[in-house]
Amino acid sequence: MKKIILSSVLALGLGTTSAFAAGGGQAHDHDFSFEGPFGKFDQNQLQRGLQVYQEVCSACHGLRQVAFRTLGDEGGPHLTEDQVKGFAANFDVYDAELDDTRTAKPADKFPASGVENAPDLSLMAKARAGFSGPYGLGINQIVKGMGGPEYILDVLTSYTGEEKTQAGVTLYENTAFPGGWIAMAPPISDEQVEFADGHKNDVEHMGEDVSAFLMWAAEPKMMVRKWTGFLSVGFLLLLTVLLYLTNKKLWAPHKRKA
Amino acid sequence: MAGIPHDHYEPKSGFEKWLDARLPIVGVLYSTLTIPTPKNLNWMWIWGIVLTFCLAIQIITGIVLVMHYTPHVDMAFDSVEHIMRDVNGGWALRYIHANGASLFFIAVYAHIFRGLYYGSYKSPREITWIIGMLIYLLMMATGFLGYVLPWGQMSFWGATVITGLFGAIPGIGPIIQEWLLGGPAVDNATLNRFFSLHYLLPFVIVGLVVVHIWAFHTTGNNNPTGVEVRRKSKAEAQKDTLPFWPYFVIKDLFALCFILTIFAAVVGFMPNYLGHPDNYIPANPLATPAHIVPEWYYLPFYAILRAITFDIWFLDAKFLGVLAMFGSIFVMALAPWTDTSSTRSGRFRPMFKWYFWLLGVDFMVLMWAGARPAEGLVPIISLIGAIYWFAYFLVILPLLGRIEKPLPVPETIEADFDAHYPPKSSVER
Repeated sequence: MKKIILSSVLALGLGTTSAFAAGGGQAHDHDFSFEGPFGKFDQNQLQRGLQVYQEVCSACHGLRQVAFRTLGDEGGPHLTEDQVKGFAANFDVYDAELDDTRTAKPADKFPASGVENAPDLSLMAKARAGFSGPYGLGINQIVKGMGGPEYILDVLTSYTGEEKTQAGVTLYENTAFPGGWIAMAPPISDEQVEFADGHKNDVEHMGEDVSAFLMWAAEPKMMVRKWTGFLSVGFLLLLTVLLYLTNKKLWAPHKRKA
Repeated sequence: MAGIPHDHYEPKSGFEKWLDARLPIVGVLYSTLTIPTPKNLNWMWIWGIVLTFCLAIQIITGIVLVMHYTPHVDMAFDSVEHIMRDVNGGWALRYIHANGASLFFIAVYAHIFRGLYYGSYKSPREITWIIGMLIYLLMMATGFLGYVLPWGQMSFWGATVITGLFGAIPGIGPIIQEWLLGGPAVDNATLNRFFSLHYLLPFVIVGLVVVHIWAFHTTGNNNPTGVEVRRKSKAEAQKDTLPFWPYFVIKDLFALCFILTIFAAVVGFMPNYLGHPDNYIPANPLATPAHIVPEWYYLPFYAILRAITFDIWFLDAKFLGVLAMFGSIFVMALAPWTDTSSTRSGRFRPMFKWYFWLLGVDFMVLMWAGARPAEGLVPIISLIGAIYWFAYFLVILPLLGRIEKPLPVPETIEADFDAHYPPKSSVER
């Protein structure tokens, strides 16, 4: 039986892997604060990432699954109510009742992508999770917590500076992007965004912050999920031990151990 | 109900007698719960409870998910995100439902291979086995239909590929495919009917599970020795068995709880590990994913499907692949008749053991091959794997019964149990 379980676990790894290997080059590992069963989002980092998204990414990319009000949620950027209102006011959204655009309110969602072919970023950190690890076994995903944020960070920092024009479209060489050439021009440059907390603002640091923010955008309930998971495992483990002892005592007379 | 002699329910109070004369439901529940169960069952006999639990949890979470889900091509994907973000505990419901499917299949494979090893399919349990195979087929259908509902890229393209299989049937194939899809391609009509059927089939499974349990409660459980419970008298039967309640209920609950602890860790800490990331991209009929792969639990049979890469006479490879895929499950259903050995349990079959474990390895290799792009060595590995699968059921099982010399089997279940847990008196002696 152990053999069956072990081998099925192994096969799961083997099986699923290659399926996901299509995601492109191997991402480099990066330690984000939210990795592992006890990992948490860094509120300051999420706020910086939000700023990078607003000042840089939002020019082309939408975030249409994310409501402004959730920016005030615990376990997220955790802005104050006034900050959320003020932040939402930076955006115009389409209102079907007015049949026109108006200033966004906290109850609204972020606008969709303004530029055709610029993918919405709401779920990017989950959609690009890939499946990394030696022999595509997905082990890095478990052990190192590698996933979509690593890929996003890699794309942002892997431009080589080479360009080419193909069928009238300028493509930029990017070693992290599948195929090696990406239509997105290098989006951020050093010191492009000025952080209020004086955090470093080179490409690497800004990329890290916006990757973390996009992980939150894709999985806003991660903190509560992990806490629930922790509690569930704890209680179930306790119940398992109690049932083990009950079972042992129950069977003891029949197994001549009593 | 059971063929093993045991105590029956005796209505005592006036009301009990009144009810029992009209609806003997208490008696049925009593007999079901106290059914004499071989006392030597090992830990591979816990999967039934795990499966029953999976079915219940999938139905409960599913019913609540339906309250928030919208089966429309323009809204399905967003309604799933709505569940994940705005519905109270919605993320938990969805992750439990999605990972619950994986637990369901891990359990069913363990359950099936348990049956194959200990010869649980053999006379007189053929009906239990056949019903089980039907349940398994329905589970596969339900899982596939459900995977389409979030309307991500893999949902859409998975549906396109799988319904395309029916299109490969010569002559009537395209008509069947269009009938399944509700149009020329996967679209809103497809999503709607898949949603409807995904809601229906689990209840059909519930019905079949009742019949499955009814069948093996009639024959009695198999056990690791494959020796039948003695049933000449109640006293004799009691030497081989213990009542299901409390002995096996507590044992099974312990095992279930242990498994659920691992399940809770997966849901809490890595809920997307077993899913395909591409399903977080909304379905796009204009962009085909680089590799379309089904969920992990279909991969062995997907590999058999793709193993046939050559035409035979007028039958083309694709149709032969479809035949091979369904055939691989059909031959498994035939095991009660193709296995000619008079010894039931694999424990006492020295040659059989090797071929059985090789079948386990074959299953894993096919799973691996099913996930790989069909290039390089993968098609030939799949073909060898598929051939072994068929050979096991159609050639090896019939032959082994004739050439193998089984080991001596214990006289009784009691003897087997006592060998593990020697009676104190015999130890002192």
